[in-house]
Amino acid sequence: MLAQFGFGVFVLTFLLALFSVGAAVVGYFDKSDRWVEAARRAMLLIFPLITLAVLALAYLLVTGHYELQYVYSVTSNDMPFYLKITALWGGQAGSLVLWSWLMSAFASAVTLRKWERDRELLPWVIVVTSVTLAFFLSLTILFENPFARWWQTTGGDFVAHMFAPAGAIPVTPADGQGLNPLLRHPGMIIHPPMLYLGFVAFVIPYAFAIAALVTGRSDDRWIRLTRRWTLVAWLFLSLGLVLGMRWAYDVLGWGGYWAWDPVETASLMPWLAGTAFLHSVMIQEKRGMFKQWNMLLIILTYALVIFGTFLTRSGVFSSVHAFAQSAIGPMFFAFIGITFVTSVALLIYRWKDLRAEVEMNSLFSREALFLLNNLLFMGVLIVCFWGVIFPLISELVTGQKVTVGPPFYLRANGPLFGALMALMGIAPLSAWGKSTYKTLGRALWKPSIPSAIVLVVLAILGVHNWIALVGFTLVAFVIFVTLFEFWRGARSRQKKRNENFLVALWQLAGRNRRRYGGYLIHLSMVVMAIGILGIELYQTTTQKTLAVGEDIQIAGYTLRFDSLAQFPYTDGRIVTRAALSVFRGAKFLGDLYPRYDYYTTSGQPMTIAGVRSTLADDLYVVLVNWEDVSAAQAPFKVYHNPLVNWLWIGSLMFIFGFLVAAWPEREEETREWKI
Amino acid sequence: MQKPLQTGIQGRAKFIVGGLLILAAVIYLIVSATQANAEFFMTVNELKSKGNSLVGRSLRISGAVIGDSIQYNPQTMNLTFEIAHVPGDNAAVEMGGGLAAVLHTAVTDPTRARLTIVYNGPKPDLLRDEAQAIVTGHLGEDGIFYADELLLKCPTKYQEAVPSQVVNGN
Repeated sequence: MLAQFGFGVFVLTFLLALFSVGAAVVGYFDKSDRWVEAARRAMLLIFPLITLAVLALAYLLVTGHYELQYVYSVTSNDMPFYLKITALWGGQAGSLVLWSWLMSAFASAVTLRKWERDRELLPWVIVVTSVTLAFFLSLTILFENPFARWWQTTGGDFVAHMFAPAGAIPVTPADGQGLNPLLRHPGMIIHPPMLYLGFVAFVIPYAFAIAALVTGRSDDRWIRLTRRWTLVAWLFLSLGLVLGMRWAYDVLGWGGYWAWDPVETASLMPWLAGTAFLHSVMIQEKRGMFKQWNMLLIILTYALVIFGTFLTRSGVFSSVHAFAQSAIGPMFFAFIGITFVTSVALLIYRWKDLRAEVEMNSLFSREALFLLNNLLFMGVLIVCFWGVIFPLISELVTGQKVTVGPPFYLRANGPLFGALMALMGIAPLSAWGKSTYKTLGRALWKPSIPSAIVLVVLAILGVHNWIALVGFTLVAFVIFVTLFEFWRGARSRQKKRNENFLVALWQLAGRNRRRYGGYLIHLSMVVMAIGILGIELYQTTTQKTLAVGEDIQIAGYTLRFDSLAQFPYTDGRIVTRAALSVFRGAKFLGDLYPRYDYYTTSGQPMTIAGVRSTLADDLYVVLVNWEDVSAAQAPFKVYHNPLVNWLWIGSLMFIFGFLVAAWPEREEETREWKI
Repeated sequence: MQKPLQTGIQGRAKFIVGGLLILAAVIYLIVSATQANAEFFMTVNELKSKGNSLVGRSLRISGAVIGDSIQYNPQTMNLTFEIAHVPGDNAAVEMGGGLAAVLHTAVTDPTRARLTIVYNGPKPDLLRDEAQAIVTGHLGEDGIFYADELLLKCPTKYQEAVPSQVVNGN
């Protein structure tokens, strides 16, 4: 009953979404506020309705209604309660439901705001969000219905359908298959919703951009109205990516965090476009430039958001994430094509209205450096896009499937990332408008000196890899510039107002949150870069089969294999756990427990590394093979990952910087309403 | 503060030149990185037909694992096994009755082209008879494939599962 109810709700919300599209369009062209209001109300109904369907699905998951194919495929009796809840997004059908649910929540939030001003934008915001929502709802209804149940046909086959096929009898399995063990990890539990929140939130600025294009507004109102949405989208997308990395590092047991898998790359692409957008809107707000470019960027971000969901969900590209294969690919492809072409056509139609108010005239001005930043982000985006579609293109053109792996991305993106880092150091020192290389040079030499000292010290300490030398010098440069900026600002404030230095610093950041929050985010990025440079350039690995009492050496550490235990665990897995002692010279540092879990119901193995993590390095030990393991000997693979912890420390700093940047500013709000 | 509009060709030219330079740099990076790192994805038959012309190139080969051929020395972590040719494109796999059936036919057919793989490292759990192996590495002069990376898929495990124990009725 509950399943039919849930499905019925989805059909109803789909119709409501279609209605709100129609009513909003009619309302706009007839200038009828009643129709627009009807569209708005229909829109507002969708979120509570989908919430009901989601609750129904959650209830069915938790209570083990294995007659439903979705419930059967992602839960089992021995799973704990919280995993049964998170199984909601453990499969394809469920994650599409989550997408729609989050989308409807955001769409409701936007339609709930006071619409006294800018009301002409409202109908088109409704149209864009409702069309997007209707598309995802239609996928749920037509292709990926989480409420479909098992039937046995007259031929004896088991099929999953919403309604009974002729002559079929309903069947109810006694237990489900359970969630893929790889997904039973805190990182994997939060990672998809974070990523989806990021994806979905980017729909809102896009909706306002399209509304501005349709209604012919050429000011930056749409950007100001959606600034916070953009920031939230960007935060969640960033966190989603970082959590995905952490998950890969903890669970996949190959000693790394990012494999340039097509799906990973696909979720990075909207982030790249969104980050470029986040930077270039500042120029439009400050100088009235880049209007067309900003439109293009947000259109691109939206297309990439859908493309990212499509890649994860269609199984077009075989990858680690391929457990979500299905036939919804063509639908996605058509949707991306139609929305992209329509949006770009609208932009071309309004092209002349969106001309810059000021001409850019100096290559060394702040706005020129922002443009450079955007071009570099686009460069990375093109590299990623090429890497993802290259196998398809080469297969279409030559019939030969050719793929490119991580070395391609590292080689092509490395210089671009380096240039972006340099820019993070240079841009804060540049001036708006007119700026020559002389003025910029004068500002640059001070932080350059300590950076040069860092370079020399590193070289003396024995760093001879030139990529590392350049990379770490750039890191130092950005850190010096940023700290210098904080110091300079606080210092001048201290003099002017006679404040204590710390008070001045606090006030400074508080008054210019966006600027100083942005600087903190830059700092967090280079801190992450320390970790990335460390693991990418200096990772070492060794492997050996050890008998009890034997040891293995890596990077000055000695690991001794002490014992091995095997025991069943309550949730139906057999745990094989090795104990190793770690020594540095003769000094005992601690124990490591790499383990190997075998899930008997699904037959899936899972490798959990034993990790000793410090600020200097990670010792990452994997008990590699279960079959060859005996009480006497076991094969191990050991990775030494220098500096990798800074990647995670940088992520935490990123959140802090973001909070500073996005915290509501009272003054700005009042200014915003005065126009 | 509004700056006077300056639409000099000179003012714009430097930006166009700058932009083109960046574009050229990105294209250069992509082309050179693609050339240096492209991995050719091929079947065993395609590899055999090209002979030794591919020696030393970065290759990615897919095939069906022959269970009897697996030899592993846990002490040295030396792993050797053979894979049999399976068709590369999805349509042919569908025609053959799905991946599991295609892999089964490949392993049981003695006339199929086979390739010996050598790998140094732990033996993956999924390395079994009739598993699909995707190996990345290069072909040696001796006709043996030296793999740096093994990726294994067991079709039975990832298949859309159908309930095994069922209770009829509700």
